[in-house]
Amino acid sequence: MTVIDSTKDTDALTLTLVAEFDADAERVWEVWEDPRKLERWWGPPTFPATFTRHEFVVGGQSRYFMTGPNGETPRGWWRIDALAQPRQIEFANGLAGEDGEPAPGVEPAAGHVTFEALGERTRMTVQTRFVDAAQMQKMIDMGMQEGMGLAIGQIDAVLSLAAV
Amino acid sequence: MVVGLSEAEADRVFQALADSTRRDILAQTIEREQSVSALARRYEMSFAAVQKHVAVLERAALIAKQRRGREQIVRANAPTVRGAAALLDAYEQLWIQRANQIADVLAGEEGDRR
Repeated sequence: MTVIDSTKDTDALTLTLVAEFDADAERVWEVWEDPRKLERWWGPPTFPATFTRHEFVVGGQSRYFMTGPNGETPRGWWRIDALAQPRQIEFANGLAGEDGEPAPGVEPAAGHVTFEALGERTRMTVQTRFVDAAQMQKMIDMGMQEGMGLAIGQIDAVLSLAAV
Repeated sequence: MVVGLSEAEADRVFQALADSTRRDILAQTIEREQSVSALARRYEMSFAAVQKHVAVLERAALIAKQRRGREQIVRANAPTVRGAAALLDAYEQLWIQRANQIADVLAGEEGDRR
């Protein structure tokens, strides 16, 4: 099993996911560093990602868009805040406007990724910290949105909350 | 943090969602924030009627309204629409999917080497 642990902190608004891969840390690092490899996993299957810019250096910027089933193209960006190859990546991930540039007034989420060698395997821990629930909602909508399907799911969630 | 709704709040939420136009307005504002006038153009009803629907959703705290210049901007109120726990659940699913896709990318490379 790839994902071995996941911890959610609803007060701090963080998700910490631990996964292990049958590959050394350098190879796992490459799926983050190489934009063509990154594109193969960043977007959900129904929303594949295309990185038009990917500067994998401290202070470097990335720009990407996803292509949805109805031709919609939500856009996002990264900024690399720290790198220690092949052990650690810190990056900001935010939403972009129609022009592909960071949307004003929308705080990015903070991502902290570590890689740990376990013999021939690698343990990857990804922690994402959100500023507030509204921002988290927007990020999730971008990553998972399937148009009305999700909106209806959200209404179901309201109804289940109301039923508590 | 929303863990549940009081009975009165739940009543307002159910009442607000009992109407198909209001459900559609909520869905639209979940997708992106909208001005009341942009919303009004979507429906075959008067601006005042749409404004009334928006007010019902606002009273149920499902949406928030904000004045920006001449426009009234409406957006879905995330903490009510989904509790933070449900949002983190959704984000968790996204990352589980990403981790599995990374495993697939790595496994594919392994195959290429053979």
